[in-house]
Amino acid sequence: MPQTATANILTILETDFSGVVEEWLGTQVKEGVKRSDLFSDSESRAQNQELLKAFGKGVRAGVVNEEFSLEDDAWEDLRAVLADVSKERVSRGVTPTEMATFVLALKAPLFKRLEAMPGVEGGKLIRDVLMVTRLVDAFAIYTNEIFIGERDQIIERQRQEMLELSTPVVELWDRVLTLPLIGTLDSARAQEVMENLLQTILERQAEVVIMDITGVGTVDTQVAQHLLRAAAAVRLMGAECIISGISPMIAQTMVQLGIDVGTVSTRSSIRTALSDALQKVGYVIKTTEAS
Amino acid sequence: MSGVTSINLVENALLVSIQDDVTDTEIVELQETLSNRIAKENVKGVILDISSLEIVDTFVGRVIAQLAGISRLLAAETYVVGMRPAVAVTLVELGMYLPETRTALSLTHALSQLRRA
Repeated sequence: MPQTATANILTILETDFSGVVEEWLGTQVKEGVKRSDLFSDSESRAQNQELLKAFGKGVRAGVVNEEFSLEDDAWEDLRAVLADVSKERVSRGVTPTEMATFVLALKAPLFKRLEAMPGVEGGKLIRDVLMVTRLVDAFAIYTNEIFIGERDQIIERQRQEMLELSTPVVELWDRVLTLPLIGTLDSARAQEVMENLLQTILERQAEVVIMDITGVGTVDTQVAQHLLRAAAAVRLMGAECIISGISPMIAQTMVQLGIDVGTVSTRSSIRTALSDALQKVGYVIKTTEAS
Repeated sequence: MSGVTSINLVENALLVSIQDDVTDTEIVELQETLSNRIAKENVKGVILDISSLEIVDTFVGRVIAQLAGISRLLAAETYVVGMRPAVAVTLVELGMYLPETRTALSLTHALSQLRRA
């Protein structure tokens, strides 16, 4: 008899919708991915109902001759619901494995019902099972993609925020600037830091700049390269650069890596760097008579 | 010598102002004129004011380095003053660190350093 590949699946979804939802939830509990600690029972149920409804709609309209693509218009509802659910789950700290298992758990109830259907056996059963597997797998892969995309967005946002708040140039004294570097120094940040620094030198007519790397965790050849380039640019502008905060550990690494600082002065602490800087612009620090 | 680039005697140094629209020919001519003036006027320093220079390329960078080399041979120190941030970044990116020149923030700074020398 003429029957499309998805007819049996649709029948199941139409006749036993809430049964599938309940069993899907049950499988999630069994697999340990329901996260009752993060979502209440009614919340999970509502999410599952919505997802399954959108999934059913997609299966009905979006599968032609056993072929389908979740990018098609027919699957729009599912994509929208998934985007919401994923966003919610990322922000509550659900892992990718839990997310994938959560979707894949839909297979068990569907298989069981296919098996119990009258007249579905042998080759026909295998074909139906294959169809369900393909649909649910695509569903799961798509879910993970959205999930990862969601996380990427968070990372990108945080990176942007870090870039913005991490390059303060501070005026310590007349004509003396300091640039406390914190965290990692990648190319993008180094560029930002350098431009910001040079602009400030111009505005304040600074003669000495102390680049303090106490807060920089590791110095490899690339970080050293960025620092020395910044120092060279500072010199070209007509100011002098002191790199301070070089720990014994970092000094050893730099020598082992064969990094040559050339004519740039280096100091172990910002304290000595400051006193040198003040001397260069013509000040001395003196204790008062009383002390 | 065109009017775009001027050479003036300030104290014991020659002040050279390089304009933004300087052409390659003019800057080569400048090299010639400047070396003659250094020898004739027996100055201690040459101050290259590049504050109006907004764009540099390897050619200009090399000419500056050469000017410094020539002055050094004629016993004058070269100070590059007023370099813009964008120009400094570009030169560093081109790998031209101009090690043979001295640098100063402004003409005043360069002159006071020359007086001390």
